[in-house]
Amino acid sequence: MFNQWESEWVQYITPEGEITPTGEKVWDEKSTEEKLRFYRWMTFIRLFDRKMVVLQRQGRIGTYAPLEGQEAAQVGSALALKQEDWVFPSYRDHGVAMIVGMPLTQIILYWAGRVEGCKPPEGVRIMPPAVPIATQIPHAVGAAWGSKLRKENSVAVAYFGDGATSEGDFHEACNFAGVFQLPAILFCQNNGYAISVPFTRQSASKTVAQKASAYNFPGICVDGNDVLAVFEVMKQAVERARQGEGPTLIEAVTYRKGAHTTADDATRYRPFDEVEEWINKRDPLIRYITLLKNEGLLTEQEERDWEENAKQKIEQAVKEAEAIPPKPSTHLFAHVYAKLPPALEKQKEELLKKEGTYHA
Amino acid sequence: MPRLTMVQAIRDALCVALRTDPHVLVLGEDVGKNGGVFRATEGLWEEFGDNRVIDTPLSEAGIVGTSIGLAVSGFKPVAEIQFLSFIYPGFEQVVAHCARLRTRTQSAFPNSLVIRAPYGGGIRAPELHCDSTESLFVHIPGLKVVTPSTPSDAKGLLLAAIQDPDPVIYLEPMKLYRSVKEEVPEGWYEVPIGEAKKVREGEDVTLIAWGAMVPIAVQAADAWIKEGVTCDIIDLRSLYPLDEETIVESVKKTGRVIIVHEAPKTAGLGAEIAAFIQEEAFLYLEAPVARVTGYDVPVPMFALEDAFRPDIHRISRAIHQVISY
Repeated sequence: MFNQWESEWVQYITPEGEITPTGEKVWDEKSTEEKLRFYRWMTFIRLFDRKMVVLQRQGRIGTYAPLEGQEAAQVGSALALKQEDWVFPSYRDHGVAMIVGMPLTQIILYWAGRVEGCKPPEGVRIMPPAVPIATQIPHAVGAAWGSKLRKENSVAVAYFGDGATSEGDFHEACNFAGVFQLPAILFCQNNGYAISVPFTRQSASKTVAQKASAYNFPGICVDGNDVLAVFEVMKQAVERARQGEGPTLIEAVTYRKGAHTTADDATRYRPFDEVEEWINKRDPLIRYITLLKNEGLLTEQEERDWEENAKQKIEQAVKEAEAIPPKPSTHLFAHVYAKLPPALEKQKEELLKKEGTYHA
Repeated sequence: MPRLTMVQAIRDALCVALRTDPHVLVLGEDVGKNGGVFRATEGLWEEFGDNRVIDTPLSEAGIVGTSIGLAVSGFKPVAEIQFLSFIYPGFEQVVAHCARLRTRTQSAFPNSLVIRAPYGGGIRAPELHCDSTESLFVHIPGLKVVTPSTPSDAKGLLLAAIQDPDPVIYLEPMKLYRSVKEEVPEGWYEVPIGEAKKVREGEDVTLIAWGAMVPIAVQAADAWIKEGVTCDIIDLRSLYPLDEETIVESVKKTGRVIIVHEAPKTAGLGAEIAAFIQEEAFLYLEAPVARVTGYDVPVPMFALEDAFRPDIHRISRAIHQVISY
């Protein structure tokens, strides 16, 4: 299932952890700090993701959408953004969310079923995860439109998966972005499956990227497990958008190592060999660690230290999130309207009365 | 004061809003150069240009979806859906995002947007142009839903909707677009959302209607005056939130209620109002609450339109029914 992309995609780091000829210049221009930053985020996000799966199994959060395997796509793309840029994520993009400034505690609260976890800190322009498929893409295009009308420098990114490209909203959003030449990045993490349905059943197109040609803007296919290539491709797309040169569709070809969610069993629909290959031979983090070690930029000890540091931060965030007192039940009414209509005031009073009568 | 039709009053409201508030945008299909298929945006594109009055692709989910993004980024989009019956591709955007964006972001981002849509029958329009699906939107928490029945209310309600921090579905009864002219105040004024209007004061029966049903209810009621029966007629104007106070006060006075709507009967807004009345004024009722509505059939093509829509005779029969109960 990989051939169609391999002939098309941008790749700077091979699955074996070697820099490709085209990648050499890009790699050499990066500072050590930048190189380590990719590693640190990918490791952090992987450890966070694994912790979340454990929390779900322990009943401490609800159903969770794991992202392991997609770290490079998320880290590479999110690190190319600036504070003023807009992000419209799907439900598997918590890696992106934490990079752009969503606190871990908020992300944990969200998956613990608490709406307060949706709210970003002041100045962080990220929306809550879109749960219906593809619906966030027009929002991103709208926000990009806002930037353009205001003559601001900010861009807007929609994150979505391969399944989303079958939805009407994907088309309508691409079409608006193209017609109005908006500073939007349409970032598709093609992980090969929409729950159980493979990409071949989503589309007769060879790639997602090629769909951009119908809207007359660039569509670029990138090895989504190569953090360096994703970063560069994203950076160029963001730059184009900031220069007023319009939208870009990026297809980051990746693989979700685990199930669709903690309620899914991926062994029912994915061949064992394929999964093994992605886990053992194409992993985004392992290839990057191999590269850093070969380049003498990372030692075993530093690796262990960083993992330890990350685990501590994650544990701390879990502790903090679980210590945040639950909202009272009247919070149901807190953010429905700017001002509660009288009928809703009455319903709120009813809820309070009920609590008074039946409180355990 | 100029004498305007409803569609001219709507145009005037948009013009005043565009002049007053630089965040207001008008977007939709054919709203620019063409001035809207009903001329509700006539001349606005010429005055305000391509960046304020925007012809979009033919794309309801795109119009509503990008409007949400524009609103989040601080604009106040007034999106036109050419006919309410065509909103369904954008319905998911309305229900899954627009309505719950305030809740889902815990008020972190603004979400002030208006969706205007012509609706209802009575103008011999083609198939699937005439639905009255207001209850679909009234049922969605997070939205406000309004519909005027006069030119001056049309302008004031639209300006209130544009000013409102929450998303408002603004429904325009096509039948009334050009049916009457009246004096419409100039400049910015608002008809508060959530306030019904008493169209007639009466003692015997409460008639509750909205949009294109209001003038029909008035005609039906007027015919009963010579019989010594007078009706309190309430034009709801706001379908959500409802002006419960005005309804209850009237019901307590008359004890007899008829709700008139063009939409099909089952789970129409009339059902909600009837339920609410028996909760709030049960002991004042002298007769069961009556409903005069469209039938539970697909909105017909226009040859049978008159058989489908409530008319003076059906309302008149209902008045007879509730006073002789």
